[in-house]
Amino acid sequence: MSEITLPTAPKVRRRKFTRNKAFRRVLPWLVVAGIFLVWQVLVVALRIEPFVLPSPTSIFAAGWQWHTIILQNAWQTLFTTTIGFFFAIIIGVLAGVAIGSSSLIYDGFYPALVGFNTIPKVAVVPILIIWFGVGSVPAIITAFLLAFFPILVNVATGIATVEPELQDVLRALGASKWQTIRKVGLPRAMPYFFASLKVAITVAFVGSIIAETVGSNAGIGNFMLVASSRFEVPLAFAGLLVTGAMGIAMYAIAGAIEARMTGWATRTGGGGT
Amino acid sequence: MKNFVDMHEVSLRYGEDGDGTLALQNATMKVDSGEFVAVVGPSGCGKSTLMKVITGLWPPTAGGVIVNGKEVDKPLSITGMAFQNPTLLPWRTALDNVMLPLEIAEPHASQMRRQRKMYEAKARDLLALVGLKGFEDKFPWELSGGMQQRTSICRALIHDPSLLMLDEPFGALDMFTREELWLAMQELWMARRPTVVLVTHDLREAVFLADRILVMSNRPGRIIAERTVELPRPRKLSMTYEPYSVGMVQELRDHISAARVAA
Repeated sequence: MSEITLPTAPKVRRRKFTRNKAFRRVLPWLVVAGIFLVWQVLVVALRIEPFVLPSPTSIFAAGWQWHTIILQNAWQTLFTTTIGFFFAIIIGVLAGVAIGSSSLIYDGFYPALVGFNTIPKVAVVPILIIWFGVGSVPAIITAFLLAFFPILVNVATGIATVEPELQDVLRALGASKWQTIRKVGLPRAMPYFFASLKVAITVAFVGSIIAETVGSNAGIGNFMLVASSRFEVPLAFAGLLVTGAMGIAMYAIAGAIEARMTGWATRTGGGGT
Repeated sequence: MKNFVDMHEVSLRYGEDGDGTLALQNATMKVDSGEFVAVVGPSGCGKSTLMKVITGLWPPTAGGVIVNGKEVDKPLSITGMAFQNPTLLPWRTALDNVMLPLEIAEPHASQMRRQRKMYEAKARDLLALVGLKGFEDKFPWELSGGMQQRTSICRALIHDPSLLMLDEPFGALDMFTREELWLAMQELWMARRPTVVLVTHDLREAVFLADRILVMSNRPGRIIAERTVELPRPRKLSMTYEPYSVGMVQELRDHISAARVAA
């Protein structure tokens, strides 16, 4: 009683829903919405007091009610972050080139830099306030101090790891140190540099907020401090949400610039010379 | 020119104190201009060191090198170099990679801005000569290993160096690609007649390409034997399987085996 099983017609394989591009794109928003939903349900169901954990709806309401003040302070933070970040790029690239291209400078300065970088920057802010007074300057400097190190390390790495054979080729052509850096070192360091920008912009942002929280009269950090000292917990949370959104936005901008400038490193073609 | 490269009793010890590795000891060799010389030897015998000393990238510990009538005391800008690793710049197209030396070496660098068209045409011609016509605007990762190596050799030749140093440039390629590149190399050499020093561990390659083959001893390296290859040019790949070539390969092989045992 042998039965021959006929080969069934191959099923038309449907593309999995989870591979859908559009679905992938909205997924992060769904996750965020899901978190808020669970949060809301928990707060309502467990009757958590608003001064312990406010519900998302009350946070949004408070945020909307005070949105002009929040935006003003967010703008202040964006301003100090951007300026600090800008200086971090300049100093980080210059120092990175110097350290990456000279073993003498590397040996001399790197240990001191590492030591400096391990100092928690929150401890430096009071000193900055003594020097520069309460205001934007300590925030800018704190943002700079946090952001320049990752840029420096990445640029230095990119420049220091030029292949020895390539260095020989260039030296034999009579290339000066500066020509080697310009033609090979710097372009080679670009992917490292742009990758470091993503880290640097977020830590610059953290730096600004730390400085505003410790001592300032403006900025989103200061805003949150004031709100929580008045027990306006929903408002403090609104400040937190804005902070998070700004951080994500800055990271996304840095990422977009990276993808555009160093396509050759990810082999998507184009970019740079 | 006779004795275009004249290396006399060169020793080189890595490291500053006396206990560093002795890479070369009393190595002596001469190369006439327009000659194609291959240096073969057991692995780690100091072949690459030899190249660095001749091109002035490493100063010798003892002895001296004279190239083109002048003592070598700094990197020689009349050299072109290619290595086992093509070391192309990934952000530049094949054409731009080939043109890199022109942006650095004088007198080309100062004329680059005005004469860009002329130099570009030159680079295109050179790429066409090694069979890369149509690939000029590709990025290195879009080229096969053999194509990358061709580009690298073009880069070594673009500024018309009178001395071409090749450090196992075909070593990382499969045999068929390697043989193709031997032919391309022969064609380039016959068209332009640079002085070539080819470091290799492939004895068939040495016999096919070189006018003269030098055998190096085990570390510390020196030249222990020398053979002239009497094959007419242009050579064909089939010649490497003829008794003359096979005999020579075998003889070179014996020298190298002896050198390995002696060490």
